[in-house]
Amino acid sequence: MSLEITLGPLLFNWAPEDITGFYERMSREPLVRRVYLGEVVCGKREPLAAATLLAAADVLREAGKEVVWSTLGLIATPRDRRLLQGITQQDEPPLLELNDIAALSLLPAGRSFVAGPLLNIYNGSAARFLVDRGCERLCPNIELSLAAIGEIHRACPDLQIELFGFGRLPLALSARCHHARQAGLSKDTCRFVCDRDPDGQAVATIEGEPFLSINGIQTLSHGVHTLSASPDDLQAAGVGAVRLSPHLCDMSAVIAAYGRYFETGNRERLLAQLRACDLPGPLVDGYLEGAAGMRLAAAL
Amino acid sequence: MGSIELVCPAGSPAMLEAAIEAGADSVYCGLRDETNARNFPGLNFDAEELARAVDFAHRRGAKVLVAINTFARAGGEDRWRASAKTAIGAGADAIIAADLAVLAHVRDLSPTMRLHLSVQAAANTPEAIRFYVETFGVRRVVVPRVMSAPEIAELIKESSAEVEAFVFGGLCVMTEGRCALSSYVSGQSPNLSGVCSPPEAVSFERTAEGMVSRLSGLALDKTPSGATAGYPTLCKGRFAADGEAAYLFEEPTSLNAMGLLARLGEAGVTAVKIEGRQRGKAYVARVTHAFRKAIDALDRGESTAPYEHMLTDLAEGGRETQGAYNKRWR
Repeated sequence: MSLEITLGPLLFNWAPEDITGFYERMSREPLVRRVYLGEVVCGKREPLAAATLLAAADVLREAGKEVVWSTLGLIATPRDRRLLQGITQQDEPPLLELNDIAALSLLPAGRSFVAGPLLNIYNGSAARFLVDRGCERLCPNIELSLAAIGEIHRACPDLQIELFGFGRLPLALSARCHHARQAGLSKDTCRFVCDRDPDGQAVATIEGEPFLSINGIQTLSHGVHTLSASPDDLQAAGVGAVRLSPHLCDMSAVIAAYGRYFETGNRERLLAQLRACDLPGPLVDGYLEGAAGMRLAAAL
Repeated sequence: MGSIELVCPAGSPAMLEAAIEAGADSVYCGLRDETNARNFPGLNFDAEELARAVDFAHRRGAKVLVAINTFARAGGEDRWRASAKTAIGAGADAIIAADLAVLAHVRDLSPTMRLHLSVQAAANTPEAIRFYVETFGVRRVVVPRVMSAPEIAELIKESSAEVEAFVFGGLCVMTEGRCALSSYVSGQSPNLSGVCSPPEAVSFERTAEGMVSRLSGLALDKTPSGATAGYPTLCKGRFAADGEAAYLFEEPTSLNAMGLLARLGEAGVTAVKIEGRQRGKAYVARVTHAFRKAIDALDRGESTAPYEHMLTDLAEGGRETQGAYNKRWR
C-alpha cells in the first residue's frame, strides 16, 4: 500500500482570495486525499478566514477530498474557548483534529478524532490513552524520531500515523505575539500585521544566519523540513500518511515530488525537485533521526 | 484567605535542607535521570537521598513534591514507572507530572497519591483543567508563566483544582511544554530530554568586540568585553527579523512577582513557586527567606514592599520583570 498524501492546515494569515485560489488548485490534485482546514495558530485570525474556509471545504468535498477541521493549538482567551466549544459540540460534526488538550474535555465521549502534532504525545502509553478515547489517527509531535514513532506504532498497531513531512516546522507557541512585538504593538492591538509574511518572517542570528521564523504567536523553523527516511522505513514504523504543510511555493510541484518519491524511493531526486520549488528556507531533516531538527538535508 | 504555600526548588539534598530552614512550606525535586525537567549533571536525588529528604522535611512540617514531569521516551516508559514507584516508596507528598502516560500510571499505582499537574502540561483553561481533574484526579495545577494575573483569577473561579503560580526565577516566553526551539538547534529539549539549551551545546568565544555566546555553534548574543555574558538560553538571544538585532522574543530578564503576591492571593492562588533547581543552596536560601518574609507580612495584613528589592541582584542580567502577569507583556 502506498503512502497517503495529506495537506495540513494553513498556518499563515493569507488574504481570503489567496486561500480560495489555493484550495481550488488543491481540489484538482489527484494525489491529495485529505485536507485539514481551520485556524490553528491564533484565535484572533479565525473570523477573518472562517467563511472562506467553509467555502473551500465545499469545493474540496465536491472534488472528492476528505476535509478534517483542525482546532486551535493554544486556547488562550474566552473567545478561543467559545470557538472550541462550538466546533466540538456540533450535532453532526466533521472529523476534528485536536491540538489542545482542552478539546478532550469538550468532545462528546466516543467520538472519533485526530490527534494533531501540537498535542504532547511522546510515547505508546499516552497514544494508547488517546486511542481508548476515540483517537483514530495521530500526527506525531515534530520532535519525535522515526524510532520513537515506531515504538508508538508497536504499542498501538491500529492507530493510523500521519507524519509531518514537509514545511517549516511548528516549533513553539506563546501568549505573546512576536509579529505585534516586532511592530511595536501588542497582541491585543496587533492590527493583524502577521499578514505581511505569508510564509512567516525569517529570524537571523547576530551573524546573519537565518534559523527561525515567526508567525504571530507561533515560532517556526526557517528551514523547510523534509523526510530523511525511505518510504519503506516510514511504512515499517507504521506511517501510513505524510502531511505537507501549505506554503506560498508551488505546492502542486511539491505534491508531485512526494508522490514520485513514494513510488521510487529516489531521495536525491526528491531533494532536487523540492529545491526547485522556491522554498522559503533550506531543506532540513534532522528530527526523524533523533538529531537537531535544523540539520541540513543531504542525499542518503 | 489562608496563607499562601511557598514552594521552593531543591536540586540537591543540601539545597532541600537550606530551603526548609529558610522557611519553605514545600520543596520540589526530581530523581537523577531524564524523568525530570532539570536533568543536569550533578543535580537531583537518588532513591535513598529522596527517602532521607522526605524524612527530614516531614520532621520539620514541610512537604516534598517530586517532579516526574518530562514526557516518557517512547519504548522507555519503564524508567518513568520506576520513578513513580520510587517517589511513592519514599513517602513523597505529591507527584508533579505532565505526560498522560505518567499521570495514568501514578493513578493506577496509587489511587491516593496526590497529583500535581506540571507546568509542562500547559493547562491554561478551565476545560483543560477539568480534563485532568476528571480523568486523573489532579489536585493542583501549576499554571503557565505566560498567563496574566486577571486571567489566573478567572481560571480559578471556574476550576476545581488548586492553582500554583511561578513568582520568581527563569521566565519562559513560550508556553511551557509547547516549545521545541531547543531540539531544533541542539537535538535536546524540555519535552524530549528534560533540558533546554543543554550545557554541552554551549560555548563562549572571545572576540575583539566582546564575548560571543553560542548554542550548537549558533551565535545567540554578543556581550561587550568586561560585561558578564549570560547563559545562552535560546529564546533570550539577540536576533534580527527586520533589520537590527534585538531581544526579539524576550529580554534576558527574570521573573519577580513578589509585588503581586497580594493580588495572587486574593485571586485564590493556593501556592507560589520559585524556579531554579539548578541554582544552588545559597540562592534558594536567600530567595526563600525573602518570600517567607513577604508572605508572613501579608498574613499580618502588612505590605510586601519592604522585601520587594531584596533579590534584584540575583536576576538574569540584574533585570527583573513581572512578566506576563502584566497583560501589556504580550
